Amino acid sequence: MDFIIGHYNYWIAILLMMIGFYTVISRGNLVKKIIGLNIFQVSVFLLYISMSTVKGGAAPIITEGVKLYSNPLPHVLILTAIVVGVATTALGLALVIRIKEAYGTIEEDEIHQQDHSL
Amino acid sequence: MTNNIILRVVSKSLIPLIIMFALYVQFHGDYGPGGGFQAGVIMSAASILYALVFGLDAAEQVFPPAILRILASLGVLIYAGVGVVTLFLGGNYLDYSVLADTRIAGQHLGILLVELGVGMSVFSVMLIIFFAFAGRGRP
Amino acid sequence: MIDVFIGVVLLAFLAVTAVSIVRMTNLFAIIMLFGIFSFLSAAMFVVMDAVDVAFTEAAVGAGISTVLMLATIALTRDHHEKASASHRPWLPLTVVIVTGAALVYGTLDIPAFGDPNAPAQIHVAPYYIEKSIPETGVPNIVTAVLASYRGFDTLGEVIVVFTAGIAVMLLIGAKRRKSNVENNKGEDNDE
Repeated sequence: MDFIIGHYNYWIAILLMMIGFYTVISRGNLVKKIIGLNIFQVSVFLLYISMSTVKGGAAPIITEGVKLYSNPLPHVLILTAIVVGVATTALGLALVIRIKEAYGTIEEDEIHQQDHSL
Repeated sequence: MTNNIILRVVSKSLIPLIIMFALYVQFHGDYGPGGGFQAGVIMSAASILYALVFGLDAAEQVFPPAILRILASLGVLIYAGVGVVTLFLGGNYLDYSVLADTRIAGQHLGILLVELGVGMSVFSVMLIIFFAFAGRGRP
Repeated sequence: MIDVFIGVVLLAFLAVTAVSIVRMTNLFAIIMLFGIFSFLSAAMFVVMDAVDVAFTEAAVGAGISTVLMLATIALTRDHHEKASASHRPWLPLTVVIVTGAALVYGTLDIPAFGDPNAPAQIHVAPYYIEKSIPETGVPNIVTAVLASYRGFDTLGEVIVVFTAGIAVMLLIGAKRRKSNVENNKGEDNDE
């Protein structure tokens, strides 16, 4: 029982990861794929931040009288990852707009049909 | 959306507060949660709110895209430039201790300048991206 | 005890939101649900004591990302996903279940959530927690690590953001001339 409580966060993060992954590989609409990718990213952040919390610890800002702090290093890593993630999303959405203007559709099946590429 | 009086009045009262909050987050990043990234994104959110309520043309007059491009490049230049200055002053690249007389003052100055560069760059890039998306639909 | 309960409830809401994002077909509703997902994850970060990360996730995920996605579906004028999307649903489901099982098997060795004696908390982190004020004088350890100890990574990150801005400007920043698809195709062939 302690084992389940101790690992519940990680399993939910993996469940969200797999939901995002499923959205990317099984749906044909390009915007929905990008949203699935974002769900995947957020769940990876949840996994990392879960590994950095300390029970009874405080936020990593040095204050008087606090002895136990959470681990600040994954926070730095995830901060960078969030910003890089939004840059990637913006670029992906710009590409979707150009694909719509070139092909007239953003459904993957119709794009493959127009290009005869599958 | 300029015809909707509630939106106009509320956003006119809120946008200065949002900008002030962005500046607070930028300069108090040392003592509380915050820093360059959060401040840049909050400031760009204020500008996006202005563009949504008052129209894209009015927003492009307040923040001309040419100025935004200069600001974005300036932010990156400030960050890399701090590193080059420390090189010339005798330390390693981005070694803030040589920027002032004492080590702690040098670190404070270095972190302040670097976060300023980051905030400027993130604000301008987010606004450039938004203007590019919103301006594409205009004939 | 109360924050364990809050954490469990927030994670359950996150899972429900993610499942409904997969199942729905109206793109506008999906984007709104994605904004809710970002906010719930930011609340979860606050419960887990990661205040800087929560700040950035709320501002960036629920602010910028949602606005850009709404602008995209306004430009592509495509508000509904095509309903006949799942041609062969069993293949993605199998891949997902196998990957999920492998990852869960990998998490069996991770130390329990919140364990103060985990290797991550006793090897590198105490150096930064103790030395942050004497060496940099900045109480916010995350800012000190981000801007001073790992300054090169932040320089790379700013350059990535700048490059994304340039790329978006190249793709869709130019002023449109005629809204003719053939004209645009002709321009692209010339570039």
